[in-house]
Amino acid sequence: MTVKTLYEKVWQSHVVKDYDDGTSLLYIDRHLVQEISSPQAFSGLTAQNRQLVRPAAHIAVADHAVPTRNRNMPLAEGLASRLVGRLIENCEQFGIDYISMTDDRHGIVHVIGPELGFTLPGATLVCGDSHTSTHGAFGTISFGIGASECECVFATQTLRQRKQKTMRVTLNGALQPGVSVKDIILALIARIGTNGGVGYAIEYTGPAMATLSMEARMTLCNMSIEAGSRVGMVAPDETTFAYLEGRPLSPEGEAWDAAVAHWRDLGSDPDAVFDAEVELDVSGLAPHVSWGTNPGETSPVSDRVPDPATETDSAKRAKIERSLAYMDLKPGMPLEDIAIDHVFIGSCTNGRLEDMRSAAEVIKGRRIAPTVTAIAVPGSAGVRLQAEAEGLDRVFTDAGFEWRGSGCSMCVAVNDDRLKPGERCASTSNRNFEGRQGQGGRTHLMSPAMAAAAAIAGHLIDVRKLGSSN
Amino acid sequence: MQKFTKITSVAAALREAHVDTDVIFPARFLLLLDKAGLGKHLFHERRQGPDGIKTDFVLNSPPFDKAEILVAGANFGSGSSREQAVWALTDFGIRCVIAPSFGEIFQSNCFKNGALPLVIQGETHERIMRAAEGGNPLTVDLEAQTVELPDGETIGFEIDPYRRHTLMLGLDEIGSILADDADDIATFEARHRSSQPWLFLDDGRLERLFADTRSS
Ligand code: SF4
Repeated sequence: MTVKTLYEKVWQSHVVKDYDDGTSLLYIDRHLVQEISSPQAFSGLTAQNRQLVRPAAHIAVADHAVPTRNRNMPLAEGLASRLVGRLIENCEQFGIDYISMTDDRHGIVHVIGPELGFTLPGATLVCGDSHTSTHGAFGTISFGIGASECECVFATQTLRQRKQKTMRVTLNGALQPGVSVKDIILALIARIGTNGGVGYAIEYTGPAMATLSMEARMTLCNMSIEAGSRVGMVAPDETTFAYLEGRPLSPEGEAWDAAVAHWRDLGSDPDAVFDAEVELDVSGLAPHVSWGTNPGETSPVSDRVPDPATETDSAKRAKIERSLAYMDLKPGMPLEDIAIDHVFIGSCTNGRLEDMRSAAEVIKGRRIAPTVTAIAVPGSAGVRLQAEAEGLDRVFTDAGFEWRGSGCSMCVAVNDDRLKPGERCASTSNRNFEGRQGQGGRTHLMSPAMAAAAAIAGHLIDVRKLGSSN
Repeated sequence: MQKFTKITSVAAALREAHVDTDVIFPARFLLLLDKAGLGKHLFHERRQGPDGIKTDFVLNSPPFDKAEILVAGANFGSGSSREQAVWALTDFGIRCVIAPSFGEIFQSNCFKNGALPLVIQGETHERIMRAAEGGNPLTVDLEAQTVELPDGETIGFEIDPYRRHTLMLGLDEIGSILADDADDIATFEARHRSSQPWLFLDDGRLERLFADTRSS
């Protein structure tokens, strides 16, 4: 038997056929459907009079456009309600289970897939959303696709793909208190660049990796796409199995035992060869924040805003100048001097229970700065309910945060949670692109603990300086 | 799908790296349901100021407002998977983007919509960029795999043979999978079901989970 990586094993077990030109027809086990990328895919089916071949391979939810307030009220008439209405009609017509925004199973696609046990190791899973890389935390080949490819999955249960190259990212050392997996992934992207992973399926491994919870692994894989990689993966282990056991759609009984036995063999063979290797020692890592307009424009929070004048490459200098102009930052100013107007804690990157706990720990017994508006948006109703059971909602509201219903919210500003032009936000989401959180809005990416600290201080700050609140 | 064989057009030069799909097609327009007409929101924030007044962005001024080719910097189309970015480009009239590298999902979306994302790097890319800035037409010939510059220079390019084939024929990929590969898919599916049966949710678990919403 040839030596293989995790990615290659899962790939191999899903190849329907290899074509002469080096592409393969890949079988897709599961598909998460949302309102933004699906209407054109469904209308494509209808226009060509095609069938949706396996309704049981899909679950649908509206997460991007739904409001996070007043959830029991019907959606106000408008574009968002038309879009959600279209998804409901399509699901009825094609026989797909749809989760409504008032349902306790509701949430962001990438949060509820794992919660439901829909995401499983060794599977192929797609969604018309680039952060589908999240599910790779389970040893799943999962990747974001466009609407045309969603239509292809509906109609054929396959996609014609070319196998990716493989990259191993080895995380050495151990994280210090106050530093989180978000800092690891931001530091990694700053190092390899936002296109450093293009063409590769990344596998995360190493001593620091093994101790990470499933939620932390999801944060890591989630942002693989910000390094350009459609696929980020972690080999399934006991942590994975413990997370999945008993989930609503996880295998049960004998099927569970057979599945776990299969999943144990998925890890990369010890002498498997990767096309690229990256090592990162996380021991000395400080909390990171972004200062520019892509996730690679990130620095340790103790640094200063870079000075484009010191950059010798003219294209890079132009990019920094453009970023600083958009972000309205002065070269050389300490990052900690950047005052913020908004704080957003949520998204498929950092909207899970551990994220809510970590932010709550920082704000407990404190008040947010009077100049700041802050919202905490759980990634799913499941996260919200569990957080409420632990009293976290009170911690947030006592500190001056608003506590919201589940959805993408201010990660992408397709609903009514948006920044106004010129406003500045400390955000736990994944993208600081121009206008991402609202036209003219300015985003600084960071971990939940760092965003919570910024809410209290009113400016960017190393959470470790705040000290314990109690 | 519209075929792509050869186009001759002025090329708009966008000398900027990492232009993401949020910039190409801002998120708030994702609420629109139709593909047609999205061109008016292409690069929306770049093309008009907050006051609604047109900027000096390259696509705003003749002859580049009719450009069918865009020459961009590295990592064009990174970020969100929104196919709306490609629909907006093609609706605007742009059929070919030339850049040193692309976001992968964007690149793949182009091929599904009769648009050619052409990877050309280094000094060659710079020569094309300068030619574009000069305002004279270029020719992109997919059959010959060449870009012809206004001064007569001909530059060859590499492209995935399958992708070239589908673009040149305007091939309906879904149609051809259904026509040619249906038996292979059925055979694979049967085998897959017996080796990893837990991956198939038509065994009652999905029904149990959604019993409440299915009956209503
Ligand atoms: S939370 Fe943000 S990144 Fe995640 S799916 Fe929603 S919009 Fe996309």
